[in-house]
Amino acid sequence: MPMLFRRTLLAGIAALLPALMPLSARAATEVRIMWYSDGNEGEVARDLLNRFEAANPDVKVILDNVPYKMIMETLPQLVSSGQAPDMARVTDLGGQADAYLDIGPLVKDRAYWEKNYATTLPWLRPAGNTTGIFGMMTGITTTMPIVNETLFQQAGIPLPGPKATWQEWGVATKAVAQKTGAAIPIAIDRSGHRVSGPAISMGAKYFDGENPALVDDGLKTMTKLIYDWHRDGTMSKQIWGSVGGTAYRGANEEFANGQVVLYFSGVWQFPQFAKTIGDGFDWHGVPNPCGPAACSGMPGGAALVGYKSSKHPAEVARVMDFMASEPVMAEYLARTLFLSAHAGIASKGVNYDAKTPQLQKSLAAAQANLLNLSPVAFRLQGYLRNRIMFNALIVRLNQAIAGEMTLDEAWARMTSDVAEGMKAAGVK
Amino acid sequence: MSRGPAALVSRAIDWPFEALQRALGAARMPYVFVAPNLLVFGIFVAAPMILNVWYAVTGGTQLMPGDRPFVGAANFAELLDCTNHFVVATCKQDRFWRAVGNTAWFVVFQVVGLVLISLVTALILNRRMPWRGFFRAVFFYPVLLSPVVVALIWKWILQPDGVLNAVVVANGGTRIPFLLDPSWAFIWTIVVSIWAHMGFYTLILLAGLQAIPSDLYEAAEMDGTAHVRVFWRITMPLLMPNMMVVLVLALIRAVQSFDEIFVLTGGGPGTATQYIVQFIYETAFANQTHILGLAAAASMLVGGVLLVLTLLQLAASAQAKRSEAKR
Repeated sequence: MPMLFRRTLLAGIAALLPALMPLSARAATEVRIMWYSDGNEGEVARDLLNRFEAANPDVKVILDNVPYKMIMETLPQLVSSGQAPDMARVTDLGGQADAYLDIGPLVKDRAYWEKNYATTLPWLRPAGNTTGIFGMMTGITTTMPIVNETLFQQAGIPLPGPKATWQEWGVATKAVAQKTGAAIPIAIDRSGHRVSGPAISMGAKYFDGENPALVDDGLKTMTKLIYDWHRDGTMSKQIWGSVGGTAYRGANEEFANGQVVLYFSGVWQFPQFAKTIGDGFDWHGVPNPCGPAACSGMPGGAALVGYKSSKHPAEVARVMDFMASEPVMAEYLARTLFLSAHAGIASKGVNYDAKTPQLQKSLAAAQANLLNLSPVAFRLQGYLRNRIMFNALIVRLNQAIAGEMTLDEAWARMTSDVAEGMKAAGVK
Repeated sequence: MSRGPAALVSRAIDWPFEALQRALGAARMPYVFVAPNLLVFGIFVAAPMILNVWYAVTGGTQLMPGDRPFVGAANFAELLDCTNHFVVATCKQDRFWRAVGNTAWFVVFQVVGLVLISLVTALILNRRMPWRGFFRAVFFYPVLLSPVVVALIWKWILQPDGVLNAVVVANGGTRIPFLLDPSWAFIWTIVVSIWAHMGFYTLILLAGLQAIPSDLYEAAEMDGTAHVRVFWRITMPLLMPNMMVVLVLALIRAVQSFDEIFVLTGGGPGTATQYIVQFIYETAFANQTHILGLAAAASMLVGGVLLVLTLLQLAASAQAKRSEAKR
């Protein structure tokens, strides 16, 4: 009998194995996302993905929270060597476009994607592709100024109006700093992307027909203004001078410490300042300063993309479908305080989880700024090789500011750097 | 036959080697013992070096070696393309030449400063003095710190609102832009680098000092020889092998300087503290277009210069030994 029992048991297990296998295989399907956060995005995404996992027990989503630097420097290496994660949250939208997975044929409702993400889908497409769906913007951003209004009040100087020029802001912030003892009248993130919005306002075109052309009169005007501001103390060398090369340097800490009158950065700073400053002083976003051509910042934001090398493209598309769905995206935006890249949500308005007047005012200003962005800014943001221009701009302008070369030499070097970069990247 | 756990372990690991020796013969056994080390060396040193040569003679931005088109010496030509090599602005890759110039000055000041300070510290720590063990530990301590920690500590000290400026202001002075002025930033990268590494070199020199027989000093003392003469006639000649080791290591380390300086200044202001390894890193990895060939060519040039400098130092050392032997 025992022998018979054992045989029966073994036969039973053998019969059940094929049936059990698919279940276990499904349970083991892991989708790995390399994710970075400016504020609480990782936390919110994890919370939402837990709901996805509960509804889809055959997919496990691993969210690897990594520093932004890793997204910019390590991820491209992983992609080039075929070791990319299944998905990633990226900001260099076009840099790896050739490696993105076209989820168009895999998503549930292609028309939904094309309708709601129409503006930003082209940003993720590789050169020559006009129809693919390569991911979605997890939020759209705009670069814009954030002011310390308390300092203006203490100085008894009114905030410049919505159509004030960069030069007028320069004069006003310097006067405020002199009266209040604030160390830095204007701080601009040390980033080519950040400088580009103001340059476009001054008339920079960035393209000559179809070809990239960084240096023109508009760019010269803005870079000269930044150069002069470093000379006369409107901008402090503490921000741009404390690093070299292409390194990014923000002025978050200085602004949060009340040392900066106007900080030109972007909407992604709001959640952080809500936390670090709270109501320590009255801060909020204001309309983008104007130049002769526009009152523009730069659009931007992070995109969630899948990679061709993923072994689980169908599951990647399911995660994308979930994250891109209207209720999920609306909740994500409300909790992370990003602007909507989803047309449906944008038209209805996001019910932001913004409790303080500073946040409410800032988000209202951000939405207004988004509507005023120049078409040149959208074109530049969607250009695959824009970072070559951004890097050349920041490296050479910084060298001029540090006194290593004249502005004329810096502009000449910007032009040759872009030409070399484009050549190396295979752009004809 | 010995017993106990050690003997048991010994017997347990003996048998595979005995089996191998029977299979390969005793003459081939040394190769078996060095094989693991050779494997590690091959994977982590030799293979990357060979790969680097391939990258240096190929172009494009592709990472996989097979996808890269052969360009011969074009990357080297691009790096060396200057109308006048003494005027950086005339060079096509001006940032490379700025990095080369910065590195050269850094090496001169850092290596000389490092060796001198390490030598003086070793001489002091070699004397009988109270708390000698404590002071030896204190000087060695920075070596144990991660370069990032070193840089962050110094950044905290040197930034505009840092500790050092607080002291300056408290004494009636005005803030000094230690990391924002090109000259100051350059000086501080040297100071921080010496502070971080001198413990290691002091230790090497201290070991050399302790190996000098004390009877030589006793004989000199009995002869009434002056301290300076003792230093130049006994200490320095006998310390020379250690000094050569220190010099070669310090030189190589100085040329390779990157981590703590990158965190401290990021190469700024402008390119005032951008050294050659940062140039290579940024060219290869930090920019959107990863120009791996140019970076590999730059690293080969640096490797070549280091090789020549090391050979020159070794030749000088051998010459000094021969001269000493002749006397």
